[in-house]
Amino acid sequence: MSRVSPLSQATLTLSRTRHSLAPWARIAGLTVCALLTLGPVIWTLSTSLRTPAESFDLPPRIIPADPTVDAYRGVFDQIDVWLLALNSTLVTALIAVGQMITAGLAGYAFARLEFRFKKPLFGLVLATMMVPLQVTIVPVFLVLKSMSLTDTLLGLIIPAFPTAFGTFLMRQYFLGMPKDLGEAAMLDGAGPWRIFRSVYAPLATPGLAIVGVLAFNYHWNEFFRPLILETSGQNYTLPLGLVSLQGNLGTGSISVVLAGVVLSMIPAVAVFLVGQRPLREGITSAGVNR
Amino acid sequence: MTDTQIQAPPRPPAPAVTAPRPSARERGTRLLAALFLAPTIVGIVVFTVVPIVGSVVLSLFHWNVIDSPSFAGTANYREMFTDSTVLVSFRNTLVFMVFAVALQLLIALTLALAVNGRMPTWLRSVFRSAFFFPLVLSAASISVVMKYLFNQDFGVVNWLLGLIGIAPVPWLTSENSAMAAVVLVYVWQQFGFSFLLFVGGLNNIPKEIHEAAALDGATGLRKHLNVTLPLLSPTLLVASVVGIINALQVFEQPYVLTNGGPGDATRTVVMVIYESAFEQLRFGEASAVGVLLFVLIMAVTALQFRLSRRFVHYQ
Repeated sequence: MSRVSPLSQATLTLSRTRHSLAPWARIAGLTVCALLTLGPVIWTLSTSLRTPAESFDLPPRIIPADPTVDAYRGVFDQIDVWLLALNSTLVTALIAVGQMITAGLAGYAFARLEFRFKKPLFGLVLATMMVPLQVTIVPVFLVLKSMSLTDTLLGLIIPAFPTAFGTFLMRQYFLGMPKDLGEAAMLDGAGPWRIFRSVYAPLATPGLAIVGVLAFNYHWNEFFRPLILETSGQNYTLPLGLVSLQGNLGTGSISVVLAGVVLSMIPAVAVFLVGQRPLREGITSAGVNR
Repeated sequence: MTDTQIQAPPRPPAPAVTAPRPSARERGTRLLAALFLAPTIVGIVVFTVVPIVGSVVLSLFHWNVIDSPSFAGTANYREMFTDSTVLVSFRNTLVFMVFAVALQLLIALTLALAVNGRMPTWLRSVFRSAFFFPLVLSAASISVVMKYLFNQDFGVVNWLLGLIGIAPVPWLTSENSAMAAVVLVYVWQQFGFSFLLFVGGLNNIPKEIHEAAALDGATGLRKHLNVTLPLLSPTLLVASVVGIINALQVFEQPYVLTNGGPGDATRTVVMVIYESAFEQLRFGEASAVGVLLFVLIMAVTALQFRLSRRFVHYQ
């Protein structure tokens, strides 16, 4: 395919300049799209800093005329933000750590250990990636009920530990590591556990980071399972608390609701800023391998 | 999947050891494998495999949790086809899926092609981050925000439309525009995913192909239609399969924005599963709807892979 002669190179440059006449128009269009994409978030932030009287001003004032953090005080007065944040943090952190452990171990077993029924077991894991959560939620609810785990945080956490996608990702990750490392350690007399513990596990951090960041992003924002499983307010997570806050207040205290939304976004945005790369890789490969 | 370079650590020279007894080592390996796999396999069996079987079994019963279940045979399935709410929810979900996926792919592809053009690297990463950003937010919380933005009287959306001379739209209170609002809010949050896939797909197209196309005189839109799109078709397939599977499961946006209304105009299949199981305690009926949704998702996926064998161009 690569048959570009110097002459054609010249034609190419010519045609490039001729047909990229309006790169500024393309960039202007992209800028408008980027503003439309970020607009709702910017509006949320600025409205949360305005007085309720200013909330509905049109055109919306991006820089509040009279910035105030009253709405943020209001959120803390009206809902127990600390409790919601604590619940969300506990659930999300434990699921993320749990998934890194289960996916790391199972991924390693599928990649580097020999045992019977390896293929069918891996097939089983892959097949469950296709099963939507909503299809299994009724029996899952009943299973949890029989364990007395409905309306507890553990009921959200434990079923989320096994991760088919994470297992798949970690298997790929371990397969990408040179086999010689383990063989060398074996010749040195290391057993299977030592080989895992001292040779391969330390190299798995970047893969585990993808699993962890992805789990964090998904479960921090999760709504469907908490809505079904958590019935008493003391077990609500942030998204659940915010939706019910909005429902209770109607349209009256819009800036209070928006302040709550901003607060709940902070950890997700922090992960976006720090871990954008693993997040991007994770989201695309999670989608592709679903 | 990752570009991390892994280098072998320097290792001390191997001491002379006796060869390990193979049987003991094999047993050790198997034990370790069993321990490593146990959490994942047990978890998947308890929380996915058993529930799938459970869904099918439950769908053959009438059960409200309080009384003991009574066998219903195929009644729950037959009732679905006479229950107007269930029928409407399937229709709504399909309509939603068609518009949401088409719009999502169109926007994502256009933006990916535009971002792929020549521009400073920093600007490209700014655009890429901006389009990707909504993906990290909570669909439920963002729907709360969108409910204000789509308000008929004081919402920013109608104000913006007013600037270009469009009369206020009763977004969330009229049947047709409510579905449009749900689609728009969903697409706003989801297009970044297809966008990332397309950006990746475009990066995988060898530069020489574009150059050869330019040599042959193909430029602009024609180049994209005849050269880029066929080469991008594997990515297009993946993006549409994933897009459809996700769209068929839509829940948060209609739940928060319209609660399925006005009337049943935006009630989706997953909303019906949720309502009949957890509000009306009709677990059998809810399971039957779930099983049908599962079959639908499988069928769409299978169909798409069949079609792809004809139309997708692999290099």
